[in-house]
Amino acid sequence: MQVPLWEHDTILSVERLTMRFGGLIAINELSFKAARGHITAVIGPNGAGKTTVFNCITGFYKPTEGRLVLYHGKPGSDLLTPLTDGATPDISDQQGRVFLLERLPDYLVAQKARVARTFQNIRLFSGMTVLENLLVAQHNHLMRASGWTLKGILGLKSYRQAEAAAIAKARQWLERIHLTARADDAAGALPYGDQRRLEIARAMCSDPQLLCLDEPAAGLNPKESGELNALLRGIRAEGLTSILLIEHDMSVVMEISDHVVVLDYGTKISDGTPDFVRNDPKVIAAYLGAEDEGEVKAIEAEVGV
Amino acid sequence: MAGQPSLGQGQGIVEYFAQQLINGVTLGSIYGLIAIGYTMVFGIIGMVNFAHGDLFMVSSFIALLVFLFVTTIVGITSLFITLTIVLLASMFLTSLINWVIEKSAYRPLRGSFRLAPLISAIGMSILLMNFIQVAQGARNKPLAPMLTDVIKIAGEGNFVVAISYKQIVIVAVTALLLAVFWYLVQRTPLGRAQRACEQDSRMAALLGINVDRTISITFVMGAALAAVAGTMYLVYYGVVNFADGFVPGVKAFTAAVLGGIGSLPGAVVGGLLIGLIETFWSAYFSIEYKDVAAFSILAVVLIFMPQGLLGKPEVEKV
Repeated sequence: MQVPLWEHDTILSVERLTMRFGGLIAINELSFKAARGHITAVIGPNGAGKTTVFNCITGFYKPTEGRLVLYHGKPGSDLLTPLTDGATPDISDQQGRVFLLERLPDYLVAQKARVARTFQNIRLFSGMTVLENLLVAQHNHLMRASGWTLKGILGLKSYRQAEAAAIAKARQWLERIHLTARADDAAGALPYGDQRRLEIARAMCSDPQLLCLDEPAAGLNPKESGELNALLRGIRAEGLTSILLIEHDMSVVMEISDHVVVLDYGTKISDGTPDFVRNDPKVIAAYLGAEDEGEVKAIEAEVGV
Repeated sequence: MAGQPSLGQGQGIVEYFAQQLINGVTLGSIYGLIAIGYTMVFGIIGMVNFAHGDLFMVSSFIALLVFLFVTTIVGITSLFITLTIVLLASMFLTSLINWVIEKSAYRPLRGSFRLAPLISAIGMSILLMNFIQVAQGARNKPLAPMLTDVIKIAGEGNFVVAISYKQIVIVAVTALLLAVFWYLVQRTPLGRAQRACEQDSRMAALLGINVDRTISITFVMGAALAAVAGTMYLVYYGVVNFADGFVPGVKAFTAAVLGGIGSLPGAVVGGLLIGLIETFWSAYFSIEYKDVAAFSILAVVLIFMPQGLLGKPEVEKV
């Protein structure tokens, strides 16, 4: 069997991640890898710990134990030990840079490690316009260009050019998600499906290396769900951003993902290609609530796998 | 108030009204500048910064000291240059003070229960007031009158409508700074980040915005505007006292609530309204009850418009 891509071109490596809340173990020694350029899906029954994994990756929770390694480019594997032993959050060589995400505060996970995310419940800046939402995502770039606001107030040329470029980029994304006509409307006024796509476009405007999507298809009708799949496939085809997604909608997962990781009660029960996972008895058991191997066999016979 | 004529027999009614309008707008500009500091801080971290009024008073003292330093020790005689230096120095030093206060007294309490920073702010208010009382004494500190010339606009004899240079300077500086500030909040990346943090600071952080720094800058901006108000107050009244922060502070807070707390245009409109109500009540009814009138109108407005005049209604989450 050939070595899967996530083993040798890794963007994110979750290593023995444990997250406890008091006596409750939400995630227990979870390890998996996500490949660069792939769409990796994290699935599992409700309460399996999927969103907790996301919260650890994006710096909202500090993991109780474990390591979250993010790679930009292909830095030498010998960097990881000195990085772990040292106190800095990142280290680099000629080929790239390695980050330990658990050492970064949330805004630096976005700013330096370039991880963007969306939420299960949409979190647009609903009082700002659609276009402004896309500009906020380009904040750090624009802030530098505005000379920390001084050039912005004076309206200097270098800032005006940077702003024009940011607006052009935002407009490109609006084009892609078919919202050009609504650029100046309040984001909160958009229909639900449009808000979902706008949230993804906003995350993409921050030029992420890794895009984490928390149930992007939740609440979408089949047409909207189809548009979402097309958008995600488009991002994958460009090859600049890897995607990690949590999803309940199996049709979305099986259709667009390259790699599926299955969680149950905070531990990994299966990891592989969509085909492999679909036929894994442990996954079937977890989803259908079977107690032991015997029952699993019976269920398998029933559903015909 | 400048140029308050006595009312004749039906004469000069229009002039008297116009004069009060000018006085009210001047006073309202000062309230509006302070109110912005309340409304911005409330907008971004949901805290009423009780020390803001005292910060305004401190800025007035800084302006006084810098003025004396510049005119007597450095010996600059041009009033324009002096006032520019005084204004900039007061803005800078007041911002610095508020930056330190935010960092040391409010930020460590940010994760704490809601009342903690509020109580800390009351503490800061007492600290600033007492510090000035000890350092500068409890008596009024006067400044020689300046910009006392007036321009007659209309009327004759006893019923002149006059606008003093002071009033022109105050209204013009306020208008100019509000314009700059408005541009900053609406059109620069910094302002956009502030508005984003106001709506959802966690999401803003996940887009790479340094929320703590944005909050710091908000405190600095509020302090700079309070310092403009403090300097103008000193120029207008020519006297300042360690307890002078309280009443204007409460009125500016009232203005922010009246205009709709969290709303920038609301703070300015609220400030102007409070200034006008106070001035007109003093002019036509009784000067003793001017504050009662201002606060009663606030109560009535809030009964019928709980969000204030320009406040946004809470967005319903569907």
